[in-house]
Amino acid sequence: MAKKSVFQEFSKGLWAEVPPFRLVLGLCPTLAITKSVDNGLGMGIAVTFVLVCSNVLISLLKNLIPKEVRIACYIVIIATFVTVVELSMQAFVYPLFLQLGIFIPLIVVNCILLGRAEAFAAKNGVIASLADGLGMGIGYTLALSALSAIREILGNGTFYKMAVFGPGFEPFRFMVEAPGAFMCLGLMLCVMNVIGKK
Amino acid sequence: MNSETRQAIWNVSVSPHIRRGVSVERIMWTVSASLMPPLILSVFIFGIQTLLITFVSVASCVAAEAVSQKLLHRPVTIRDGSAVVTGLLLAYIVPPGVPFWMPILGAVMSIYVAKHLLGGIGFNIFNPALIGRAFLVATFPVAMTSAWLIPIRDLSIFKYVGSGVDAVSTATPLYVLKHYGMAGLTERFGSTLKMYGDFFLGWQPGSIGETSALFLILGGLYLLYKGYITWHVPVSIIVTAGFLTWVFGGERYFTGDPILSVISGGLILGAIYMATDYVTSPTQPSAKLIFGAGIGVLTVLIRLKGGYPEGICYAILLMNPLAPALETWFRPKRFAPPKGAMK
Repeated sequence: MAKKSVFQEFSKGLWAEVPPFRLVLGLCPTLAITKSVDNGLGMGIAVTFVLVCSNVLISLLKNLIPKEVRIACYIVIIATFVTVVELSMQAFVYPLFLQLGIFIPLIVVNCILLGRAEAFAAKNGVIASLADGLGMGIGYTLALSALSAIREILGNGTFYKMAVFGPGFEPFRFMVEAPGAFMCLGLMLCVMNVIGKK
Repeated sequence: MNSETRQAIWNVSVSPHIRRGVSVERIMWTVSASLMPPLILSVFIFGIQTLLITFVSVASCVAAEAVSQKLLHRPVTIRDGSAVVTGLLLAYIVPPGVPFWMPILGAVMSIYVAKHLLGGIGFNIFNPALIGRAFLVATFPVAMTSAWLIPIRDLSIFKYVGSGVDAVSTATPLYVLKHYGMAGLTERFGSTLKMYGDFFLGWQPGSIGETSALFLILGGLYLLYKGYITWHVPVSIIVTAGFLTWVFGGERYFTGDPILSVISGGLILGAIYMATDYVTSPTQPSAKLIFGAGIGVLTVLIRLKGGYPEGICYAILLMNPLAPALETWFRPKRFAPPKGAMK
């Protein structure tokens, strides 16, 4: 595989390998919290922060971490940053923290983070890992925002808490329920594949 | 022996060897025809707008079928009538007071997602019309569980045209029974005997095509006579549901009203027209009996213990994916090798 430029490492997370749709990773929060745009955006930003920090740190420490216990070490590093995010969210955006609830601590076991640590940061330099983490994080944020925008607009008739349609609009409750999440995700995967084929 | 049978005997070909000249097309159009009497009756019970809802539902199912098959590069088979049957059944299981555009969304869900994305006719796991209804209930819970109309008794079939749903909605017998008990039911619908008569003929609040036990049974008997359905599934559902309601449905054991439980709600429509769907039900008689019994048990369970007053829709949807397994478990023994032969 040819060496990619830093920009390529960054941009692959935006489309070619966008986490929930192309890698199909991190689906648990993708399905659970995308009921409204602010949830999706908040979750995406939190994951991006953790992803960038953990990628950088793991890439710095990659020669010090013994191979046999590397997963445990990655988890400790990731958990540290998740705790930082969790405490900051409690301090500054408490309502959003309440909305996201258990899914903030669960970022620790999000496959994207461990996947990028194992597959990328452990083998690449600091700058490349930073670009990779940032790209993947932004891609994830965009994906969550798009999915949650569709679900909020159709399922609740609002976008970022502002009414989109007139008062006569009857919201599709189905879209903000769990089955709606699965269907919406499936249809978005389908659309991505159709566009990708061309 | 006439020449035709002789030819059939001497003709060497792969199975099936005996043909009845029955096609998907003929079965589906016959089923549609047998569904006409309840539709006509519904005009006299709930007013002329039931025709509009049914027409919209059928038209959008046929359109959705054509578009889905074009998109998926399959041959367009809207002439076989299966989309028409789905459209009719979808309209029959929505309340008569819903806005006329609601079945369009249900039709897209039924035909495109539940039928064609899962492989098209012959491959769908779930009954398409019931998926459409389940989707509508999840999407528009208010309209789908409250747009019931009070039956018309004086032939004023234009009574509900143009009136808002909220102004006229009422409650179904099963809802009243669930929340106010038998006393509430007799207070609202008259004596038990009067209820038997009214409900059996169709004069009860309910979905468009589910209210008339009489016409649905007549349609079912016709299909039975033509050999398009067998008695196993409907009888098994009705007997199981009636028996369990009799045992557990009352205030004390063995005081429930089995007749009322069968003729109110969608039990008969579901038992005769939905649970007997060829694609989503087993074909062995013994498997059919178990399949029907499972639906009966689940229906009564949802009716008596669940959150919804009626459970036949979800009961059938829950049993549908079990049909292939039942088929395997109840395979006739004579096709199996004798014991020890495989050693």
